[in-house]
Amino acid sequence: MKKLSEFVIGEKGTIVKVGGEGRIKRRLFDMGVTPGAQVMLRKKAPLGDPLEITIRGYELTLRKAEAEFVEMEVKTW
Amino acid sequence: MVKRFALAGNPNCGKTTLFNSLTGSTAHVGNWPGVTVDKREGLYKKLSEPVSIVDLPGIYSLSPYTPEEVISRNYILDEKPDCVINIVDVTNLERNLYLTTQIMEMDVPVVVALNMVDMLDKQGDVIDEKELEKRIGVPVVKISALKSTGLDKLMERAFEASNQKRASTSVLDNCEIAHLISDVRIALMGHDIENPLFHAIKLVENDELEVQMHPNTVKMVEEFKKTYVNPLFGTDFDALIADARYKYISKHFSPLLVKKQAGDKLSKSDKIDRVLTNKWAGIPIFLVILFSIFHLTFGEDFLYLGKIFSFASLEELGYGDSFGTSLLACFYDGAVFAPGVILFNLMDLLTSTLFGWITDLIAGWGASPAIVSFIGDGVLGGLGGVLSFVPQIVFLLLLLSILEDTGYMARVAFILDRLFRKFGVSGRAFIPMIMGFGCSIPAMINTRTLADEREKTMTLRTIPFFSCGAKLPILAAISGAIGALLGSDGGIISFAMYVLGMTVAVVSIIVMRNTTQKGDIAPFIMELPVYHAPGFRNLMILLWDKTKHYVEKVFTVILLSTIVIWFLSNFSWSWEFLMQEVDGEMVNLRMNESILGSIGMFIQPIFTPMGFGSQLNHNGWVFAVAAITGLIAKENVISTFGALAACVAGGLIGTEDGVSEVVAIMGSVGVAPSALWPAMIAFIVFNMTTIPCFAAVAAAKGETPKGKFKWTLLFWIVSSFIAASVTYIVLSWWWTSFIVVALIAVVIYVITTLNKKGQLKRSK
Repeated sequence: MKKLSEFVIGEKGTIVKVGGEGRIKRRLFDMGVTPGAQVMLRKKAPLGDPLEITIRGYELTLRKAEAEFVEMEVKTW
Repeated sequence: MVKRFALAGNPNCGKTTLFNSLTGSTAHVGNWPGVTVDKREGLYKKLSEPVSIVDLPGIYSLSPYTPEEVISRNYILDEKPDCVINIVDVTNLERNLYLTTQIMEMDVPVVVALNMVDMLDKQGDVIDEKELEKRIGVPVVKISALKSTGLDKLMERAFEASNQKRASTSVLDNCEIAHLISDVRIALMGHDIENPLFHAIKLVENDELEVQMHPNTVKMVEEFKKTYVNPLFGTDFDALIADARYKYISKHFSPLLVKKQAGDKLSKSDKIDRVLTNKWAGIPIFLVILFSIFHLTFGEDFLYLGKIFSFASLEELGYGDSFGTSLLACFYDGAVFAPGVILFNLMDLLTSTLFGWITDLIAGWGASPAIVSFIGDGVLGGLGGVLSFVPQIVFLLLLLSILEDTGYMARVAFILDRLFRKFGVSGRAFIPMIMGFGCSIPAMINTRTLADEREKTMTLRTIPFFSCGAKLPILAAISGAIGALLGSDGGIISFAMYVLGMTVAVVSIIVMRNTTQKGDIAPFIMELPVYHAPGFRNLMILLWDKTKHYVEKVFTVILLSTIVIWFLSNFSWSWEFLMQEVDGEMVNLRMNESILGSIGMFIQPIFTPMGFGSQLNHNGWVFAVAAITGLIAKENVISTFGALAACVAGGLIGTEDGVSEVVAIMGSVGVAPSALWPAMIAFIVFNMTTIPCFAAVAAAKGETPKGKFKWTLLFWIVSSFIAASVTYIVLSWWWTSFIVVALIAVVIYVITTLNKKGQLKRSK
């Protein structure tokens, strides 16, 4: 188990749990960040934050602070 | 009654392109998620009867996260369209269908339009739309909005669907809490509530809006919920529902899209992105693009060719005065002009020539000199001054829209978020701010894409500080005049003013963040759309839209205000007409006796801290008057100077850039130029940071959250007074900068200690 915010570029995994509260969590869900979804950390912005992930076939950006709520199962292959 | 079809779908799903194709009308298309914020309607005429098409804002969900979501949701629930056409980007199927599953829970006919099938074919992927239709339970039609294929079929099926009633269905029917939802639904049906299934699900989700709407039912739902505990989600019902939707989509719908095994090969969009958001090159590239846009629009020396090759001016080349020379001077005079400047010059030449003819024509009919002056200066002069700027501003908007349409703007927000967060807003606020350099009005309308109310308020308030196109002539004329009088470079002053405006914006955001707009920074969870070439048709529609908007503004507010100003400045309180003939021209040499002049003199003292108040002699009122007329439209400031210079200098000067007028005024106020320049710069600062033009104030009123508008006006007044006064004082007496720094330190200290005390209180 690892938080999405701790991923390195190119790392892949499956979402296990999405924490956080209220609006942020709701937004994450609406954008498809739900348990079971496959995620790849594509890149970090030039200043190190926010992050860009590939999820459900599209590119989503979110801050490290928001990625901290997302718990991941790392895929190793 | 004409049938109404609503277009609903995610941002960037091609909804507005479809709308444009169906209605052939005018709507804005962009790649920035959520650009379509206005309710747009148009007619589709290819069916047996015309159908009205309503373009709903682009949304990801029907939860009330953004105002757009609330607009769309309420439209479908309350206005009851005859059919909802749900556009689904087939290249992004899962997330798009998430919205579909929610729309289907309303009792409204739904047709799914699978858009971007051309992209699908290109990638070699295949979708079984017949099977999808069976599983989803509503008609599914493959279309390409861009290539206009499948649209007739889509509309036929939507028309068929609109003739029948459709009962809501839900993908949650077999999920763990299905019985809970159905219990709530039955309870709601008992109260004769429409769309019971939709409301039941939202109530179970504990949706803010729903809880407010049905307070009684909430209690019952809470009772029901107690009987149910999910091992994984606990009592987190909205998480459970979102999860169930996506699970259902992945299981039943996603397998119908068979992807050709492309593997990890980089797409074109990925390759572009690698460069544009590169760790090292990303920010420099952004700065270069930003500079290029302004250079293309405002560059008086395109690519610096004139400087590099020391081009000769037209006069030096021996061109005499003729229309041909004037025309040539639109493109070249000692330097090649940038496209935006050429557009301005051409339009300026066109309006001044045309309006000159009209004035001569009227004079030729033997109209009285007063009427000739009224039409020439009062009406046409004002119109021309503004019309000249329209092509240049529209050109700037074109460049910015290309960035938006290609998907780059979203990346700019991505690149800059970290930096902007330091000041207290998210990277998203950057787009409306940068648009402010073109014109505050579209920029203010664009703040609708900001979900957070505080962020929206702060962005709205600071937009005018990003000096718009109409403020450019103020900058050019005054800095040109200072340059001419003191032998310094006017260009540097202009540049410094732009920087100063941005600084005031940053400072005021930081101040608001720590005083009136406290709270967490808005979340930054945003789609980064795929890059694509800008759509020519969509851009043209957008430009036409904007041009129309400006021309409307010119012929309403600005025309009216120039007429009013003409009257006020040429008549005294006793209705005496003040103009007189000098060398065959009508000139007003007694404007200080006019109504406007006396108003100016009356309020002149309030500008004393800024250097253009009581320190100046009786001619100083022109600044007060120009500042007032600027509240109507910033273009008025320089045209007012033009009229007033004629009065104080005793004759018409009439230069295109307004420099000589300002020089004349500066020479007549009784203060030496070496002492006057700080006041002139403070005058620029005041105009840049004060209440923007009429039209922008109206836009701000429409966009500011309830109850904040009057504070926004006060904010502008206060910030302009402070910024201009500090500028004047520091530039006049350099040592006062230490006092200013000390004062700032005190203010910071007071705010932080007060905030700490407040926090302590709250934590207790």
